[in-house]
Amino acid sequence: MLTNYVPILVFIIVGIGVGLGLFTLGSLISPKKPDAAKLAPYECGFDAFEDARIPFDVRFYLVAILFIIFDLETAFLFPWAVVLHKIGWFGFFVMMAFLSLLIVGFIYEWKKGALEWE
Amino acid sequence: MFTIPNFAPAAPEMFVLGMACVVLLVDIFSAKEKQGQWAYILTQVTLIGAMLLTLRLASYSTVVTFNDTFLLDPLATVLKIFIYITAFVALLYSRAYVAEREIPNGEYYVLCLFSILGMMVLVSAGNFLTLYLGLELLSLPLYALVALQRDSALGSEAAMKYFVMGAMASGMLLYGLSMIYGASKSLDINQIATYVASKPMQQDMVFVFALVFVVAGIAFKLGAVPFHMWAPDVYDGSPTSVTLFIGSAPKIAVLGMAIRLLVGTLPSLHIQWEQLLIIVALLSMVLGNFVAIMQKNIKRMLAYSSIAHMGYMLLGVLSGIAAGYAAATFYIITYALMSMGAFGMIVLLSRAGFEAENIEDFRGLNARNPWLALMMLILMFSMAGIPPTVGFFAKLGVLEALISVHLVWLAALALLFAVVGAYYYIRVVKVMYFDEPEKIEPVTTTKDMQLAISVNCLAVLALGLFPSGLINLCRVAFAS
Repeated sequence: MLTNYVPILVFIIVGIGVGLGLFTLGSLISPKKPDAAKLAPYECGFDAFEDARIPFDVRFYLVAILFIIFDLETAFLFPWAVVLHKIGWFGFFVMMAFLSLLIVGFIYEWKKGALEWE
Repeated sequence: MFTIPNFAPAAPEMFVLGMACVVLLVDIFSAKEKQGQWAYILTQVTLIGAMLLTLRLASYSTVVTFNDTFLLDPLATVLKIFIYITAFVALLYSRAYVAEREIPNGEYYVLCLFSILGMMVLVSAGNFLTLYLGLELLSLPLYALVALQRDSALGSEAAMKYFVMGAMASGMLLYGLSMIYGASKSLDINQIATYVASKPMQQDMVFVFALVFVVAGIAFKLGAVPFHMWAPDVYDGSPTSVTLFIGSAPKIAVLGMAIRLLVGTLPSLHIQWEQLLIIVALLSMVLGNFVAIMQKNIKRMLAYSSIAHMGYMLLGVLSGIAAGYAAATFYIITYALMSMGAFGMIVLLSRAGFEAENIEDFRGLNARNPWLALMMLILMFSMAGIPPTVGFFAKLGVLEALISVHLVWLAALALLFAVVGAYYYIRVVKVMYFDEPEKIEPVTTTKDMQLAISVNCLAVLALGLFPSGLINLCRVAFAS
């Protein structure tokens, strides 16, 4: 029963190992010339220590939402590509139908001017 | 290897999906001043096309496809046909209203089409996943539609409330469905039904627990007490054309969902969901009818009246017999027809810059336009359940079902609250006929709107005089 979880254990160990390893490497061999801007925790161009409830441009939301859609599309494409030889042409055309639906949305947002910042 | 599924039963759905994309593209590429016109025509053509496809596929047997996740049975066919009809009429009423106001034209029709697609998927669901997909596809465009008038503060507030409440309802429903899935190890409606029926009663606790959440989710979506809080604000805050859409076709689809979940999935727990629904239905009838009396805004009044009507409709469902389900279907279809007519009348009396939202705005309608006043009179009488309008037969059907399962006390109470309800419907009639208008100005409407509303109201009357056709159609849906 528990042996089923061995791959997960291996995964956790490798994950921790890679994470810690890269941190150690970075702190050991990187050149260190700190200044105020580099030491500041950063987030999307906003000042780190101020009220979070400031009005900011609604266009950020729009970009984020549009990004999410196409980001998820890629997430769908990976597992599809892996099993493509099993699902054959039917699977291929189903994905094409899905992509063409996304393209319709893409044409709409382009034509509406959602992709232009100004 | 995969076998290619049978696409034919889902042809109307695929047609509507394809056309929704076409409408979106046509509208975005058409000239600025023409925007909305093509979208409107294509949307109506889509509904007619889907109707023809559905009629072609109609049969007395059940067809399943896509690994049993999608089913086409008489119930789905009947509900879909009436979803098309109500949506068609609703869009007919909306056209002028939307064009006169600051509402994005093309998007309006595209969102309606996607919502209709959601309803179609919902009533055809054979699996919890399809059911949930349909429900979300039905709801999400509706949230956007409510918020479509972007400058309106009321509209934004209503959309926000609707979205938060709707998300909560979906969460409740999903929680219930996940419990059922956990206990029965299946998402398929028929498999779960067989599984639950084979279990002895005392092992049902988890299903009963899940049932509470499922019923809560259904009541939320129908707008039945105690989950009705969103209805008045959403009905009031949305543009009237959206209100009339929300108040008609989605109700038909949600009845389909209720029947799939309660009757299709958990028929062996009928005793439990009967009790839950009795409480929901009773509270809806009491609160809906009594609070509606106090409303001055006719949209809010109709919202509370819809709560009460959902209570009556649930009486048919809770009876647990095929005749009761047929009566509930008859009720919801005729309710959709009446509610569309009533909101259509508000749309008709409104014009750019003026919304006929208050009952006062109907004052002396008889002096201004006797024909429209007569039409409104038919609608109000039908909502109150006065013969010979169809509302009478709708109420008769559900009460008959209740009496045949020996719930006479509930039928008597329902009758009592119908009397309470009659008060505020007839008050509208009184305001139209016996109050003096502030100034006698003729109602300015287009010919096609007037024709549509006349057909709608006369249909309410005609179905009341000859109800047998529609009643038989509803019975066919539950014949198997």
